[in-house]
Amino acid sequence: MAPATQPSTSELEDFRRQVAAWMTTNRPPDPNFLLPQTFMEIGSERVLDFLREWQYKVWAAGYLGIAWPKEFGGGGLPTIYQQIADQEMKRLRVPILFNVIGLGWAGPLIVDIGSEDEKHTYLKGILNGEDIWCQGFSEPNHGSDLGSIQTRAERDGNTYVINGSKIWTTMGNYAKYMILLARTDLHAERRYSGLSFFLAPMQTPGVTTQPIQKLTGEYGFTETFFSDARIPAHSLMGDEGQGWRIAMQTLQYERGAAAGAAGGPAMISIYMDDMLAMARDVQRDGKPVIGDTVTRDDLVKFMIEEKALLLGEKRADIPTLCSEYPGSLSLSHKLRATEYFRRMRQYALALQGTQGSLYIGDPDTLGGGFWQRAYLNNFALTIGGGTSQIQANIVGEHVLGLPKD
Amino acid sequence: MTSANLDIAFNDEQAMIMASAREFCRDQSNITAVRSLLTSNLGHDPAVWSEICKLGWMGITIPDHLGGSGFGLGALIAIVENMGRYMLTPPLISTTLAAQALLRGGSDTQKNQWLPAIAKGCCATLALLENEDWGADIKLSAIDAGDKITLQGVKKFVADAQAAEFFIVSARYRDQLMLVLVEANRLPAGAITENILIDQTKRASTVNFSGVTVPVTACLNHIATTFRDIKLIGALLHAAEATGCCATSLDTIVSYLTTRSQFGRLIGSYQALKHPTVDILMQMDSARSLIYHAATLIDGESFSIDSEIACRMAKVQADEALLFAGDRAVQFHGAMGFTFDCDAQLYLRRAQWCQHQYGDAQHHRKHLAPLLLDATHE
Repeated sequence: MAPATQPSTSELEDFRRQVAAWMTTNRPPDPNFLLPQTFMEIGSERVLDFLREWQYKVWAAGYLGIAWPKEFGGGGLPTIYQQIADQEMKRLRVPILFNVIGLGWAGPLIVDIGSEDEKHTYLKGILNGEDIWCQGFSEPNHGSDLGSIQTRAERDGNTYVINGSKIWTTMGNYAKYMILLARTDLHAERRYSGLSFFLAPMQTPGVTTQPIQKLTGEYGFTETFFSDARIPAHSLMGDEGQGWRIAMQTLQYERGAAAGAAGGPAMISIYMDDMLAMARDVQRDGKPVIGDTVTRDDLVKFMIEEKALLLGEKRADIPTLCSEYPGSLSLSHKLRATEYFRRMRQYALALQGTQGSLYIGDPDTLGGGFWQRAYLNNFALTIGGGTSQIQANIVGEHVLGLPKD
Repeated sequence: MTSANLDIAFNDEQAMIMASAREFCRDQSNITAVRSLLTSNLGHDPAVWSEICKLGWMGITIPDHLGGSGFGLGALIAIVENMGRYMLTPPLISTTLAAQALLRGGSDTQKNQWLPAIAKGCCATLALLENEDWGADIKLSAIDAGDKITLQGVKKFVADAQAAEFFIVSARYRDQLMLVLVEANRLPAGAITENILIDQTKRASTVNFSGVTVPVTACLNHIATTFRDIKLIGALLHAAEATGCCATSLDTIVSYLTTRSQFGRLIGSYQALKHPTVDILMQMDSARSLIYHAATLIDGESFSIDSEIACRMAKVQADEALLFAGDRAVQFHGAMGFTFDCDAQLYLRRAQWCQHQYGDAQHHRKHLAPLLLDATHE
């Protein structure tokens, strides 16, 4: 999608101002309910409707899918425009763009390897928020070990018959489509090579969802059951047996618009600036806690760690500064970032003094329970997509070359 | 989004310097060479120092018109990191700091006399400390004596003092902070007493400057900014050296974990060893990101707040990374780690040395607090 001419710096700066102005004017007023901090926290219809309307507005204004092909609802412009729009949306902390599995997983995959039919059928609905997508990789009892997937897909004429269950399906109860990883060959030589990848319609007899209540008391995930659910044979992506490879390809889009994702923030960014703002308000010994000597040292430690984390993302793009252990920064990023945010958010609750003992719903809770939600929901990140403990194994084995256990 | 400065850049020239430094340090300083210098007087090999000067490393931070190549301090970070990695200990850091003091505060005469000499191999050092405290007031006094000044006092922990041809000495002069250039040949016999250091690869001394007389023209200018900047540069160079040593410490651990078996398994397969080793890698990665961020910011004339924040953060992170890596290197080698023959002790001892150069982690965090927490916000 390389453009004929690269935009000039002044064109890009104009665009940045234009995005900022539009976002400032058009951001919706705060509703009388809590907005989710991540796309994994959508537990009610009213939240869903609110976010769906917002995503439509952003797309219609031309700030989502900017680098996707024009004929499928995209903007047909260089990727840099989407990166700028994303930076501005993050900076201004507008509501998240919620259809994340569509925008950042299924969509870029279809752009890259989908047929013309698939592009026409799916892409526009992903961008305008009409078609919600979910992901069906994990299964009960198998966690991150996708090689152990047992959900079956059996070819029968023009359909595949699906049996089994998936878990941790974000928005499973609202989704129209699922990217589904299922086993088509029970006798494959290697357990990964028996898997196939489907763009499966959820409104199919035999597909049911059961919402899962999270540790916060809220909802956002489902368990999804397939009982002789017949999906069209053309929902197979690629060939039978390519499921593992295609599933791995979706992971590369995690780097956002730069890697081909449609764009948009999937979660609001919470940094030390937020903690410092709180520390200027909260009192300890009759004074703002930001003046407390012990607290200050803790805050400085977090700020050093945060700066190193953010600098690491930039250093990863300079190969000569990563020659020693190539891949170290990128492979350890999830572990570092999610564990940092877990500890930092936990500390924010300690910093609040006794107010940290309140919970969502209490009128005195700081920011409606902003940090309570941030900390508790952060476990979705340190557990989902491979727990921190598994991530440490991966880094140890793939970056340092340590033996498997 | 966070409002912090996140600049990091590394150009082709710096990459070339890095590659050649890596090769040179590896060739000149294998572990046998390092160990053979542990009990030597100088602590470094003068032949290697002479090679370093021929390569032009000492001229990197010195401008063209003063006999250097003018690449700037940023380019030196990669060299110092590799010296740390191979534990090569020529007086490069000490001399670079003295050169930086002259570049920032020296008179034209001082610059013209000494900087071209440094580019060719003249060694020098800073004499700043009088006790264990990097935050202490300077007590060594400079007293007017006609058109000269006489010094009275003792400096401690002066790195590479034996090799230095001149010292930049901090002093109190007419109740103001002053930096004074003192040539080594003005010191009386016995003025330098070598310390016994925890890091046997390093050399430092107590230097008695009492009674030494120098002309008034030995005083530097722009004292406040020069004094602040050289301390920050000192912190950053030691952060780079510590980060390099952290990489070696990590390699040594990984090598042992992938060859040593216990209870029928390679010990690197145990998560109790694997996970902390990954922690060392991540700590080192953080230190490296911070030192090259600082290297990107410090190439200006005088230091901005962002440069100061970057240097201090780099020192905090590098100290902590190496302290952890050295400590774990000893522990993970089991009984072997308790022996002098195991290289892990070299890294652990280097960690102790580095953390005390130009302020330890706590010192820098204390100075970071007002910069990070009390700044006025837009």
